[in-house]
Amino acid sequence: MKTTATYGLMAEFDSPRALITAAEKTHKEGYKKIDAYTPYPIEEVAEAIGFHHNNVPLVTLIGGIVGGLSGYLMQFWISTIDYPVNIGGKPYHSWPSFIIVTFEMTILFAGISAVFGMLALNGLPMPYHPVFNVSRFAMASKDRFFLIVFASDKKYDAVATRQFLESLGPVSVAEVPS
Amino acid sequence: MAEAAIALRPPLIEGDKSIAQVTHDVCAPMEARPTALWWVALLISSSFLLLGAAAIAYQISVGVGTWGLNRTIGWAFDITNFVFWIGIGHAGTLISAILFLFRQRWRTSVNRAAEAMTIFAVMCAGIFPVIHTGRPWFAYWMFPYPNTRGSLWINFRSPLVWDFFAISTYFTVSAMFWFIGMLPDLATIRDRATAKWRRKLAGLFSLGWNGSYRAWQRYEVVYLMLAGLGTPLVISVHTIVSWDFATAVLPGWHATIFPPYFVAGAIFSGMAMVLTLMIIARKLMRLEDYITIRHIDRMCKLVITTSAIVGLSYGTEFFTALYSGSSYEQFVFLNRALGPLFWGYWTMVGCNVVVPQLLWFRRVRAYVPAVFAICILVNVGMWFERFIIIVTSLSRDFIPANWFHYAPTRVEVATLLGSFGLFFTLFLLFCRFIPVIAVAEVKGVLKYGKPPRESAHE
Repeated sequence: MKTTATYGLMAEFDSPRALITAAEKTHKEGYKKIDAYTPYPIEEVAEAIGFHHNNVPLVTLIGGIVGGLSGYLMQFWISTIDYPVNIGGKPYHSWPSFIIVTFEMTILFAGISAVFGMLALNGLPMPYHPVFNVSRFAMASKDRFFLIVFASDKKYDAVATRQFLESLGPVSVAEVPS
Repeated sequence: MAEAAIALRPPLIEGDKSIAQVTHDVCAPMEARPTALWWVALLISSSFLLLGAAAIAYQISVGVGTWGLNRTIGWAFDITNFVFWIGIGHAGTLISAILFLFRQRWRTSVNRAAEAMTIFAVMCAGIFPVIHTGRPWFAYWMFPYPNTRGSLWINFRSPLVWDFFAISTYFTVSAMFWFIGMLPDLATIRDRATAKWRRKLAGLFSLGWNGSYRAWQRYEVVYLMLAGLGTPLVISVHTIVSWDFATAVLPGWHATIFPPYFVAGAIFSGMAMVLTLMIIARKLMRLEDYITIRHIDRMCKLVITTSAIVGLSYGTEFFTALYSGSSYEQFVFLNRALGPLFWGYWTMVGCNVVVPQLLWFRRVRAYVPAVFAICILVNVGMWFERFIIIVTSLSRDFIPANWFHYAPTRVEVATLLGSFGLFFTLFLLFCRFIPVIAVAEVKGVLKYGKPPRESAHE
């Protein structure tokens, strides 16, 4: 049997303000590998911890470009090369007619890329995550706000980190088994 | 400055609710046993669904002769219903995407249900062109794929092909938008669940969402992306639907006003349908604190605005016909107003232009039964609009020898009733199994317009 290692230490707060203050302090204290869990998006949390890089728009843009190009080229190839048919005397390459399907394909591919890009970047679907081992974490989707310091952080120390988190005035501090 | 402006506004959510209470108010009715009223509603709507299923099975097995179509009128009931249902769906995207981009925070209470309505309406709409092909088992031929017939490709110059691409993109993007918006709430259901099966099922669909701030940040960006993509998409969809008509040379169809006219009409009828459903849902699920009189008031204002656009379009059509000097155009519009289907035309004008004028009065907007009745009438009027546009133009075209009349058969009426059955059955199931209100989003706007207590952030 593998011995249960520790994933991190988790502090619970009962208001967003308390979490934001705690996150700022933890970040200033020098902890780098930290995360916060909230029932609804709170911009200030990201500011407190400093996570600004986001690849979703890039993925969406690439998806849109690929979709638009493949939509137009598909119509061009079908209508002028593989299966040219004279319809109402229109040219084989009647590009104004092709804009519509090109537009729809752009939106479709961009939308699919945005959604699956977000899921992939977030690592979803995620069948198992250690934070759920703490039973009080069930309230993270209701009205509680959690801050975690990962055991992989350089500054992490089972005793000192716990003392530090308790000094932030949390409702509770719990060890998260991995 | 934005903060100060918000503080002056009335609150979005009634009652002094804590964030835990929002979760409880939305989730508790789903976890309790369904009410008798819900069962009765489900029984009625699923009976209509069965009727429609039987009608569709009959017309597919017997053939297209079961419809009232003839050689003059090749489009009538099916296409009317198709345009009607697609239009209904557009209000959902207006609320979820366009109002999101305009930062209308009141939409948080209604967007989940409105998006559900979009998806169900598009499903209802999809039935009709598929059975209208006559051989629905070949419906996949609309998709461009290499085949053993040549390869025989589809014609990309046809608006019907554009329609196929537009509708399928619209359905896919709407469904993804809906599902992504639901992830955090599914996680809430999972975390609240006491029954093991509920936890497993909600856990499966929530994809293991844990509310990490990194996840939230990407989530918010993807939401913005989808809103940005959904906005031009929804306008393109009804524009393309209108091109099904406008690219034909038929008088009464061949008009450049069609795209904006159709888009406004779609949002008009869809808003009326959203209001109808919201008024039912707030009663059935006891959500009066979330879907307040102020929400109804704002949606009523959207109804009256789009009603004005639709009314203006009716007038513009007549003016264009007069000014064009084309005797065929002039005849078609006189025929609409005074011909054999005059009663349909005046039902349309009465329901879409005259009745909504009542919404100018604040007291009418605040009286829920009146709003409900007006919205039902608007939907009747908008159905007639599509019927009048399609049937009057086809039934009397250029050569009087071609003229004929159209009346729906029982099979066609049963199919229409069946689509309503499908729509309401899906909506009732949605009310039971999915949070009707976007819980996580409402938590974010809970303190709007309320005096700050502990801090501005809570």
